[in-house]
Amino acid sequence: MTRVLLTDLTKTYPGAKTPSLDRLTLDIASGELTALLGPSGCGKTTTMKMIAGLLEPSSGDITFDGRSILQDRPEDRGVVMVFQNYLLFPYMSVADNVGFGLRMRKVPRDQIAARVAGMLALVHLPDLGHRRPADLSGGQQQRVALARALIVQPKVLLLDEPLSNLDAHLRIEMRDLIRGIQKDLGITTIFVTHDQEEAVVLADRVALILDGRLRQYDAPDAFYRRPADREVAVFFGGRNLIAGNAKGGTFDSPLGPLTLPAGLREGPGTLTFRPEAVRIGPGAQNTLTARVADRLYLGTQTRLRLAVGAAAIEAVLSPDLVDGIAPGDTITVNLPPSSLWVMP
Amino acid sequence: MRRDPPWFRSLIGLSGVLLIVWLVLPLVPLLVWSFARGWRFPSILPNQWSLQAWDYAFSARSGVLESLGITVFVALVATALSILVGVPAGRALGLYKFRGKGLVELLILAPVIVPGIAVALGLHAVFINLGLTNTVTGVILVHLIPTLPYMTLVMAGIFANYDPAYEQQARSLGASALQTFWYVTLPAILPGIIVGGLFAFLVSWSQYVLTLLIGGGRVITLPLLLFTFATSGRNDITGAVGIIYILPGLLILLFTARHLSGTSAAVGGFGKI
Repeated sequence: MTRVLLTDLTKTYPGAKTPSLDRLTLDIASGELTALLGPSGCGKTTTMKMIAGLLEPSSGDITFDGRSILQDRPEDRGVVMVFQNYLLFPYMSVADNVGFGLRMRKVPRDQIAARVAGMLALVHLPDLGHRRPADLSGGQQQRVALARALIVQPKVLLLDEPLSNLDAHLRIEMRDLIRGIQKDLGITTIFVTHDQEEAVVLADRVALILDGRLRQYDAPDAFYRRPADREVAVFFGGRNLIAGNAKGGTFDSPLGPLTLPAGLREGPGTLTFRPEAVRIGPGAQNTLTARVADRLYLGTQTRLRLAVGAAAIEAVLSPDLVDGIAPGDTITVNLPPSSLWVMP
Repeated sequence: MRRDPPWFRSLIGLSGVLLIVWLVLPLVPLLVWSFARGWRFPSILPNQWSLQAWDYAFSARSGVLESLGITVFVALVATALSILVGVPAGRALGLYKFRGKGLVELLILAPVIVPGIAVALGLHAVFINLGLTNTVTGVILVHLIPTLPYMTLVMAGIFANYDPAYEQQARSLGASALQTFWYVTLPAILPGIIVGGLFAFLVSWSQYVLTLLIGGGRVITLPLLLFTFATSGRNDITGAVGIIYILPGLLILLFTARHLSGTSAAVGGFGKI
């Protein structure tokens, strides 16, 4: 169990004008599964490599349970990184790959064999020890890479894009496997991804990094319901962004006056709500009259584009609720106040 | 696998036989001479056979064995030094981009392009000042001029296809820097070291001009000795010493065939024909 604290962690590569990572401060609770989320080149892999000791920070500090690890060599940090392309040693058998870390620690051979067998069973690959990595599928290779990392009982496990190379059905299987093992063993785990879906399905908490800076560090659902700012909302697929002014619990905008829940910020800002929060029919509050501009069938859901006065909003609804609604119709919708959120 | 038509396969077989004949035929007179006692035109075979030349070649008097020892020593040390310098140099050239890389590549290739004698004449003056002329050390150092480029270029090719992230992975799994080299880097680059090392060994083995100039006639390697016998008109001794001189090259060729061609057996290249 290890608490990981990053303090003002900064990395500027030689010759670069702007830092790749700018003063990242992140407090990762022991045993938590945290996602570093951001577009490619935002500094997230840089952060991982600095934690693993494969890259030196320009400034800032990294502590494990309060002790700085910056002076420790990579092999002494108790951190194992699993790379995106797995990097299984090609000339070693699967069992030798998994046992590699123990062999480097000079663990006796018979003990290594027993622990390798146990680890391969844990990742559901019990009979593949004698195979070569090249004979395995991508999903199997990833599980071998995971077993190879876990066998040394790391304090901190780092995963680089753990689901991105996998097919849709394998992703779900792998997500469940990673989450299950991570919770069982209680290893503080950090993974990086550029895919917001991957981040929210896997992580306990998500740190969103845009342009080298931390924008929001929160539970996954907060990014949908309470985004920190416009860019965060857009990164998470937010479509309804309406400029206006919040005053005394009411938001004035082209949609008309809307009642806000208690405790939101006052003054000029951007109103946002999830397309799924829009309800058909009149409500106790915030009832709007809208003209249907366009409808799009998405499979399990249907998306409506609605014109409310001069403003446009999007609603995503269950297909049976929108039966008989056609473009050009005028309908009544309402926005429950609890679904509204105001950003700067 | 696609089957070639029979005529195509016999063509390949025929060219294989021709290749062997072309390589081996010049060696036959050498072998015959080494056992001959008097062999004059127009006889097809020598009038008399004898082991005299071989007897002489292996005697202390001829200096062949001593010379063989020096040649092996020089070639081994030059190869070891080439590996020591060539592996890191090849890594830098194969893996990293840096300012002036093109110039460095040119400078490394230069000794192969510029005639060895030109380089050696320039170095001779320097080596005299350093007291390295007429010494085995000097000869080893001057042999590095032609051996290093081969080693470095072979290793640069190996490292160009090498992913250093494997080393980071090993460190992250708890391997020290030394363990990482031993268990991860070395197995990946070993074929290159073997091929480059054998090249370096052969290049050093066959040096004549550089050895003559820097060794000053004091360091007598096998090619120098062979040349002495050849110019003295003793064809039988030249034949015997020539065979001894050629042997390591042939053995190395057989041994590297699998690394160069990718077939499994050391003599696979021949077995396939």
